[in-house]
Amino acid sequence: MSRLAALAGALCIACTAFAREAAPLAEDPKIETRLIAIAEELRCLVCQNESLIASRADLAMDLKRQVREQIRAGKSDQQIRDYMVERYGDFVLYRPPVKSTTLVLWVGPFALLIAGLCTVWIFVRRRRTAQGATLSAEQEARANELLANRANDASR
Amino acid sequence: MGRIAIVVGFFALVILLAVGLKRDPREVPSPLIGKPAPAFELPRLAGAERFSPAEMRGKVWLLNVWASWCVTCRDEHPVLVDFAATKRVPLVGLNYKDQRDEALKWLSRFGDPYQFSVVDADGRIGIDYGVYGVPETYVIDRAGVIRFKQIGPVTAELLKAKILPMIAELEK
Repeated sequence: MSRLAALAGALCIACTAFAREAAPLAEDPKIETRLIAIAEELRCLVCQNESLIASRADLAMDLKRQVREQIRAGKSDQQIRDYMVERYGDFVLYRPPVKSTTLVLWVGPFALLIAGLCTVWIFVRRRRTAQGATLSAEQEARANELLANRANDASR
Repeated sequence: MGRIAIVVGFFALVILLAVGLKRDPREVPSPLIGKPAPAFELPRLAGAERFSPAEMRGKVWLLNVWASWCVTCRDEHPVLVDFAATKRVPLVGLNYKDQRDEALKWLSRFGDPYQFSVVDADGRIGIDYGVYGVPETYVIDRAGVIRFKQIGPVTAELLKAKILPMIAELEK
């Protein structure tokens, strides 16, 4: 029990230690809010599946500094995005504009989905018609005969 | 008939995905190719002079981004030293986010292939050049336009197959 308490105590100490070490938020929360909004939509180039805001990579920190400066200089969100695209290409945008080079990206998944649905549809339909057509004329006559017999039995 | 279409479609998809896997996701095509090299004015690593790319007008030249902390730069370095020995075109170094004394130590230890290096201490010029993975190398033509960018180390093969023919073409 006392060991548990000690553990809890140690954890509390660890938590406070961590809180003290956290990076100080920038002076101006308004700039920070805009930075987060912009940088969430930008890709970090060093760790490519992380957003700029989530990344702690050195370059990401520099780029965030750059964005902060531009916000302070009164640039619009679009101007800041353009600044990034000019240097790193459409790749930095999580939502790249629709144009010839990005068309496959935008249309591709839907095209694949439609192709898949078409395949399933053709498959199902073929199987259904195939099942309907498995009886030859002879078999059908025999089946009808059996059914007729059964009907006769029931009426008797 | 339909089965053939499915098989063909399946293999088309496999090929598409295989090609996608083979490509290096770290190589992001630079939007700067065909654009003027961004202007800057930076102090040289050694000496008090400053350098601006405008001084290179009329020359084909290479700009190589390096740092003493960059491990891959060490692999690349002998290739650059050999290249510099041929005195083919000027090679300028952009010492990216480095410590001055560390950078100088690095050069004296492994050899200095650069005509000179300039200091981009806080990485701002690197950002203008779209640097995201040191080393990077730019081929800049006589008009000051970026013609080629190598992300990652320049190898002897790349130099021979791509960069040298390109220099010859640009000097025509």
